[in-house]
Amino acid sequence: MADNKTQDTEYAIEVNDVSMVFNMASENLSNLKEYFIKLMKHELFFKEFRALKHISFKLPKGSVVGLVGTNGSGKSTLLKIIAGVLEPTEGTCVVRGNVAPLIELGAGFDRELTARENIYLNGALLGYTHEFINSKFNEIVKFAELEDFLDMPLKNYSSGMVARIAFAIATCTEPDILIVDEALSVGDVFFRQKCEERIQHFIDDGNVTVLFVSHSMEQVALLCHDAIWIEKGEQRMMGPVDEVLEAYQSQFKKK
Amino acid sequence: MRETKHTAGQVYADSKLAKDLYVLRQLVVKDFKLKYRRSVLGIAWSVLNPLFMMVVQSLVFTYIFRHSIENYPLYLIIGNVTFSFMSEATKSSLRSITGSASLLKKIRIDRIVFPIQKVLFALVNYAFSLVAVALVMIVFRVVPSWQIIFFPIILLMLTVFCIGLAMALSAAVVFFRDVIHLWGVVITAWMYFTPIFWDFDTLVGGNAPAAIIAIVKANPMNCFVTCMRDIMLWQQVPSMKTMALCLIWAVVMLLFGLWVFRKNEHKFILYI
Repeated sequence: MADNKTQDTEYAIEVNDVSMVFNMASENLSNLKEYFIKLMKHELFFKEFRALKHISFKLPKGSVVGLVGTNGSGKSTLLKIIAGVLEPTEGTCVVRGNVAPLIELGAGFDRELTARENIYLNGALLGYTHEFINSKFNEIVKFAELEDFLDMPLKNYSSGMVARIAFAIATCTEPDILIVDEALSVGDVFFRQKCEERIQHFIDDGNVTVLFVSHSMEQVALLCHDAIWIEKGEQRMMGPVDEVLEAYQSQFKKK
Repeated sequence: MRETKHTAGQVYADSKLAKDLYVLRQLVVKDFKLKYRRSVLGIAWSVLNPLFMMVVQSLVFTYIFRHSIENYPLYLIIGNVTFSFMSEATKSSLRSITGSASLLKKIRIDRIVFPIQKVLFALVNYAFSLVAVALVMIVFRVVPSWQIIFFPIILLMLTVFCIGLAMALSAAVVFFRDVIHLWGVVITAWMYFTPIFWDFDTLVGGNAPAAIIAIVKANPMNCFVTCMRDIMLWQQVPSMKTMALCLIWAVVMLLFGLWVFRKNEHKFILYI
């Protein structure tokens, strides 16, 4: 639950003993008849799947932290909890400030609407005011380089173009917290450079807390000061980025 | 000063409510654009549809019901558009949560905006169908009097009633998809229990069992339709009793819908 609280404000993100449990329905129970039959027979069992187990950390304001771990280890689940999309089953997550989630670029878009309409819709979803979107509209269009295609439905866009628009909207103002989940792997090399420059600019500013997920160790080492390593839902290590990355990479060498 | 507060310099919405309202506005505008973008007649459909239904029904039913109702086509169309607002609002809200799965899984958003969005969009369509009602009023030379001031009050209560129902239904569909089919049946039955093309007095005069009369009397849509006809057709103030029933239904349904929705919404993401 992302809340704005005034006390203890030096931390931008506080994750306290967070666990996330998913119900894995053994069968797809989505109709009433089946539900009642199972209920009568006392066969309503759900397999539980723990995606995260007792994760705790605090990130001070302005810190730049990388999140590493192999596929399926719960990184995205954790990011979604911090972004406020998921509610943790146990524990709490306190987030102070506005979050710009670059988790799945283009998630809030409607493919039938034009780029122009989508900019307003997405801006609303990010919590911007109408006046603010108006004032930043040209800047967003310019950054995403889509001047000629503004009134074309989004379904005719390539995924790279969609990612450009999404990135431009989410970063058109300096957020308090920036969550980057491999979003930069889409788009061509020139646009990636542009995105990285913008993120670097936020980092240099020192006010933005950045949580960065990537499978590229070079990128993490380059951008982050600290890192957290999560493996199979458990928090393995947290500390300076070079130490964590060394430990993370050494597990593969042993095998 | 409000002026200075809302300059372009303000980046984020003042409150959660302000954000939700702006999201709601964008979503309703989106629905509107997508519905009418590629249709030649566009908005005219929302006017023509109730007119067409009225013509067909009055052709058939005028000969069935000897007990004639004054200005029967107007009687019909008011009943039809009022009931259609409710049925359209609730039917479209059924899939409002499951249909927004991609958004709900990836974006932080107050889930309650989705059922409300569908009700408000139905309200927009209802506004267009009122043009049809106005046309029929002109043809029958029925001029609304000062009682029209009750119209927004009744419409507000009906909208609140629909929002409550929509919240409960959209939450139910997340867990049980067959509620979608079930609701179609309920709507049809509900329509026949509402005096849309028949008259409440005919029911009483036809020696209907007391239970049936009681059901029809308590039927919220009967209350709303009766109020609408009082205002637009008979030019009289709806009875206090009927308006009180409308209010009770609206408040009870809103609280019920909110309770169902808020109690279950944190589980939605695991089922959509």
